Amino acid sequence: MTVPIEFYLVLSAFMFSAGIVGVLTRRNAIVVFMSIELMLNSANLTLITFSSFFGDTVGQLFVFFVMTVAAAEAAVGLAIIIAIFRNKLTINIDEINILKW
Amino acid sequence: MSLELILFIVFGSICAITSVFVITRINPVISALFLVVNFASLAGLYLVLNAQFIAIAQVIVYAGAIMVFFLFVIMLLNPESEKKFFSYKPYIKIFTIVVVALVFIQIIYMIFLAQPSEEINREVAKSVSAGTIEQIGRELFTNYVLPFEAAGYLLLAATIGALVIAKKKFE
Repeated sequence: MTVPIEFYLVLSAFMFSAGIVGVLTRRNAIVVFMSIELMLNSANLTLITFSSFFGDTVGQLFVFFVMTVAAAEAAVGLAIIIAIFRNKLTINIDEINILKW
Repeated sequence: MSLELILFIVFGSICAITSVFVITRINPVISALFLVVNFASLAGLYLVLNAQFIAIAQVIVYAGAIMVFFLFVIMLLNPESEKKFFSYKPYIKIFTIVVVALVFIQIIYMIFLAQPSEEINREVAKSVSAGTIEQIGRELFTNYVLPFEAAGYLLLAATIGALVIAKKKFE
């Protein structure tokens, strides 16, 4: 094989780092959710890479389950965002501090 | 240069650049569209890695369903654009980027310290047969049928939960 496994792992690590920066610095709740999707996808890329290099199917099964969890998480999270927007008319996470003591 | 390397460079650079664009654009719609491009090029990378079924599922589930859902919610809420990335609290952002860069460098160091490419001998025939839908379906409905059913219940619970949370009145 011509592409070594390190290239895929480095790309995955880069995407994961970009997702962390997005979660920590952005103030829009929807963009924070998109950054979480980015991090989930970088983990998926790692799973697919090892699955392909070892010739093992189970890694791809786990990607399948991760997709299921991501879909459920996006549905519930965006429903929460809609409920918060209906009450407070903002999705800026600096202003949503109703659970802060 | 083999075809695999060329495809990896094309799809990988698209992935890396669009993932940076997703977190730096101030308009969430543009972020979401770059995220669609990111998912599509990830599907290309999965095809390079001989994972055909997951590549198709990536396009349908992520780039299709989930991103349409995100764009729909953005359309419903019409959130105000944030300020430019470095204009609001720049020191916190620079500090965050420095810390995450340190973590990134640590991960890179560990990857190259472990040298996984010397341990793994990739066999193309095994890797091709591992990604087919027959193989995935056989594993899914024999050894992993219980997680599969649990995933179904999870989706049902998420559907009901989303309906209940986003409902207008709570009486």
